[in-house]
Amino acid sequence: MKRRRGTQRVPVGLLLPAALGLAFLVLPLAGLLIRAPWSSLPRRLTEPGVLSALWLSLRTATAATGVCLVLGVPLAWLLARVTFPGRRVVRALVTVPLVLPPVVGGVALLLVFGRRGLIGSWLDGTFGVTLPFTTTGVVFAEAFVAMPFLVIAVEGALRGADARYEEAAATLGASRWTTFTHVTLPLVAPGIAAGAVLCWARALGEFGATITFAGNFPGRTQTMPLAVYLALETDLNAAIVLSLILLTVSVAILAGLRDRWITGP
Amino acid sequence: MTSRGIRIALAGLVVLMVLGLVAYGYGHEDDPAPGDAAGSDRVKGTVTVFAAASLTESFTRIGRDFEAANPGVRVTFSFAGSSALATQINQGAPADVFASAAPATMRTVTDAGNADGAPTTFVRNQLVIAVPKGNPKGVKGLADLTRPGVKVALCAEQVPCGAAAEKALDAAAVSLTPVTLEQDVKAALSKVRLGEVDAALVYRTDARAASSDVDGVEFPESVGAVNGYPIVVCRAAPNRAGARAFVAYVLSDSGRAVLDRAGFLGP
Repeated sequence: MKRRRGTQRVPVGLLLPAALGLAFLVLPLAGLLIRAPWSSLPRRLTEPGVLSALWLSLRTATAATGVCLVLGVPLAWLLARVTFPGRRVVRALVTVPLVLPPVVGGVALLLVFGRRGLIGSWLDGTFGVTLPFTTTGVVFAEAFVAMPFLVIAVEGALRGADARYEEAAATLGASRWTTFTHVTLPLVAPGIAAGAVLCWARALGEFGATITFAGNFPGRTQTMPLAVYLALETDLNAAIVLSLILLTVSVAILAGLRDRWITGP
Repeated sequence: MTSRGIRIALAGLVVLMVLGLVAYGYGHEDDPAPGDAAGSDRVKGTVTVFAAASLTESFTRIGRDFEAANPGVRVTFSFAGSSALATQINQGAPADVFASAAPATMRTVTDAGNADGAPTTFVRNQLVIAVPKGNPKGVKGLADLTRPGVKVALCAEQVPCGAAAEKALDAAAVSLTPVTLEQDVKAALSKVRLGEVDAALVYRTDARAASSDVDGVEFPESVGAVNGYPIVVCRAAPNRAGARAFVAYVLSDSGRAVLDRAGFLGP
């Protein structure tokens, strides 16, 4: 059956726009590859700032994804499974970081978590903790921008999942919490994994909110996208190389994860 | 023909179409603008000016004055870090005029052959220490910035204000660890305005433009780190006559007066 479906004629009305879409996405990447100064690539890779920026990017994006999973999956469950007044408004609010220009998101974070912010001034006064210009600040900025991707993906998976399994568990006396951990979570695991991957990828590429909220300091808050932007100020080739390193590492990790965790055709 | 063959053929077709579009764009880019060589005394159309972020207030003002003096002309600005603008121009951005905050950045444009004639230095700028209004930390000079508990923002060394800051700090033999290296002077200033840092090294003109929120503390070592601002007409300027007229206006007495008021030094 599967084989037959694969060899059927593909309608031109779908194939043509699909091919154009692919070309549109892939050509800029090809542009980077063509312009890349391949001979100087090994030398650039061993420059001290590059590896620390890459390592920082991978660490913060992973931490941000962790934060998004812990907070975002329950939020998605709430939106998908509980009827409460104002649910539509809450759902719209969740997507705000998608619409907000990231730089504005960074300013908004400063107004709340900054040294003079609503919560930030209290944190500073009570615990002596300030978030801007710290690695934790980078994680905050990335999580803020990336969380909607996870929530939307997981909510979609929850709505698509067969609710009868949960009802059956409830009939058998399982509490809502047990149902969630033993039935719902395994059921939507692929959706959560897909959402987490999107979230991680968005966090890895985050620029605007990070540079605004967390600033730019090598080794502490200078992630790869920030390093690329500043390299662009003086040396286009360096910026291209840095982008390619970031792309290669992220594509390799995503491809690896996909085979392992996300099963599907 | 198999469906696989059709797919490959179609994909090839699409690639050719896209390449064709790209080639069409290239072919037309170098065509001289019609009427460019004719009467250049009558200025019209839109003049696109790429200018360093630190020129935002004064050039916006000069642009309005220029439009008033030349009815029918519109000036549009792209204000950003000089280096980013230089990169855009070298990649073919349709700029008529480029005003940079540093000769080194201007050189990347002239070296690439993208300037029409030699740049003219029209102002110079000097660094000050921007502190929140009232100077709560009592900052009087560069040495105060190394005190514990004083958070400092500098520009990244890749942009002119960062290079100037480095020069000034070297001249003062002060070694300080900033909390952040910002991407342009306005970003560094906004960190002071938001109260996230206690001080930032910015241009005197930026501190003056933000005088409702910040004070500018002058320091002697800034004399050794004065930036010249060069301006030039771009080689691929779509509106060359307009570009020349705008540059002439910046260098005129009326332009000079606006720049003086903003706190710039003479060339």
